[in-house]
Amino acid sequence: MNDPGWMGVLIAVLGGALRVSTPFLFVSLGECITEKSGRINLGLEGILVMGAMAGYGIAYLSGNPWLGVLAAGGAGLLLGLLHGVICNLQRVNDIAVGIGLMLFGLGFAFFLGKPFVQPKAPNLPSLPLGAWSDSPQIQAALQVSPLFLIGLALALLLAWAFRHTRWGLVLRIVGDSADAARAMGYRVDLVRTLATGAGGFLAGVGGSFLSLHYPGSWSEGLSSGQGLMAVALVIFARWNPVHCFYAALLFGGASSLGPALQSVGITSGYYLFNAAPYVLTLAIMMTTCSPRRTLAGAPGELSIVR
Amino acid sequence: MRKVEQQQGVEVGVSPEAGRRRFVQGAGSAAIAASLAGWSAGAWAQAKLTVGVIYVGPRDDYGYNQAQAQAAAALKKMPGLRVVEQERVPETTDVQKAMASMIVQDGATLLFPTSFGYFDPHMLRMAEKFPKVRFAHCGGMWTQGKHPMNTGSYFGYIDECQYLNGILAGHASKTKKIGFIAAKPIPQVLRNCNAFLLGARSVDPKITCQLIVTGDWSLPVKEAEAVNSMADQGVDVITCHVDSPKVVVETAEKRGIFSCGYHANQSALAPKGYLSGAEWNWLTVYEQHVKDALSGAPFRNFVRGGLKEGFVRMSPYGRAVGEAARKQAEATRATMMKGDFIIFRGGLKDNTGKEVIAAGKGLIQTDPVLESMNYLVEGVIGKV
Repeated sequence: MNDPGWMGVLIAVLGGALRVSTPFLFVSLGECITEKSGRINLGLEGILVMGAMAGYGIAYLSGNPWLGVLAAGGAGLLLGLLHGVICNLQRVNDIAVGIGLMLFGLGFAFFLGKPFVQPKAPNLPSLPLGAWSDSPQIQAALQVSPLFLIGLALALLLAWAFRHTRWGLVLRIVGDSADAARAMGYRVDLVRTLATGAGGFLAGVGGSFLSLHYPGSWSEGLSSGQGLMAVALVIFARWNPVHCFYAALLFGGASSLGPALQSVGITSGYYLFNAAPYVLTLAIMMTTCSPRRTLAGAPGELSIVR
Repeated sequence: MRKVEQQQGVEVGVSPEAGRRRFVQGAGSAAIAASLAGWSAGAWAQAKLTVGVIYVGPRDDYGYNQAQAQAAAALKKMPGLRVVEQERVPETTDVQKAMASMIVQDGATLLFPTSFGYFDPHMLRMAEKFPKVRFAHCGGMWTQGKHPMNTGSYFGYIDECQYLNGILAGHASKTKKIGFIAAKPIPQVLRNCNAFLLGARSVDPKITCQLIVTGDWSLPVKEAEAVNSMADQGVDVITCHVDSPKVVVETAEKRGIFSCGYHANQSALAPKGYLSGAEWNWLTVYEQHVKDALSGAPFRNFVRGGLKEGFVRMSPYGRAVGEAARKQAEATRATMMKGDFIIFRGGLKDNTGKEVIAAGKGLIQTDPVLESMNYLVEGVIGKV
């Protein structure tokens, strides 16, 4: 503890990145699948909160947090499929449906979640990966959730699957050119609906991390826009699952920058540091989006780039 | 569901029933309106008074709103009283609609709009429109001559409890570093933070208090991050001033450090590390206003009180509180109950070294100067 300053901030930001990034990671991986198929689901914020509520509720009722995670994924899957099915209708705008779904998910989760605000549900365990160190800060920073590791594995798996499996190829064809996919005999709407459902599943699991691990309880103010930021993050990551992982870490670290700096006594400008994740979102949007060129790696059927 | 119903009644205002009620209201007798609304609703034929309570967040947040809702729940048990509530009402024109519908549709004649931002302009505007309704606001600065006589504000000197929390923290802390997590650097929050440190310094003048500002009333992830980063820096007792201290207290427990609660009793969330907590006891205020309204006594516009008046109270001491800490806290509390304890004594310096209270001129709790506190006392590491 002879140097509590920058080393402390570094450890805190690293720990924060590991703690805070998981919801970003799951939501962005989910959105990555959905967008690869050529649709955008802006409703992930609502799905995230719905997942948080469902996960907490089921964990409380069953006493098993992993069942809660599954329930959260299930709730997300249903909402994702809902988005997919509605968007299959003629001339329905996926962005508008997404906004509707976001509001519906939030409201419905608050409505159903009332009885679960007070009780305490069992939390997910965490793995003490910092046990090798005698520094309590490092031990605390490396208390890693298994969900984080699952997310990492999933990012690698998805990156491989997009490139090397038949399913990945079909998904990309549908996302890049619906006409080509139809010509090849693939059912475009079905693929997109399933992709949106899968994206919803992952977003729901991301929500269960919020309520079952960190911060670890259900309340109506649980999400502060993580679901929306994750959508921006996918664009930043150029629809690449491994980049989604890095971006999620970056956003997690940015979220913990404000508290970490204040805790070592750097007290001026905390409004700016607290706003770091949002500033980062804006900066990414400004640097990556231009009306004059399409984004490298963007699925061709995506309504924002078409 | 309820909210939609009410908004329609007010906004559209074309349903014959709403029109009739408005006519009755306009005819001048709020009492008739109240009984009519009660009668048409069927179940509350005997209600003598309808009270409306409006919350900015959920009623069961383990915090600010729960403290208000507990008082409202106790009111419901009083005979002849009907309580209507609405939660999650934002500090926008939404609250005006909520107030209007409580008055017009439910016949409420005493309102408790409980959030800070409801006061100006929303409540003041409604008070002009409905001069016979009593508006009791929580936390605002009601000023004679400036604000209507049917409006008023109530608040409690909860910094007394934060001072007692500080004493317990001072005894519990081994690292001599304690922490305060604040939503926004406004006077009420700063006053609590300062009282917390002054209490701890009455035990050991070397103690420092780390302040972290999260930026808004409810940001669970950021609050958890704040606890974690303070624990990393060796802070071993934490309290807060955010809307729902649930996450702060739970995270502190997970990290194995002590916590002091705020707003309501959070001891169930941290059986090991919860020392005590600063709680509101709004029933005292609510009952006073209800009695006045029932008897027709003039409305009390400016209501303040602390431990002595029963506006605030401490959670029962936790397991971790030692004998010495308990003794000192009890002794201080006894002085506060007599009403002659001074938290902010003369010669107090802020954390930039400037003297903020002149030597020999201690400020008593009721001094309004304290309600515009804009500094952090010496020993608090942070910036307004």
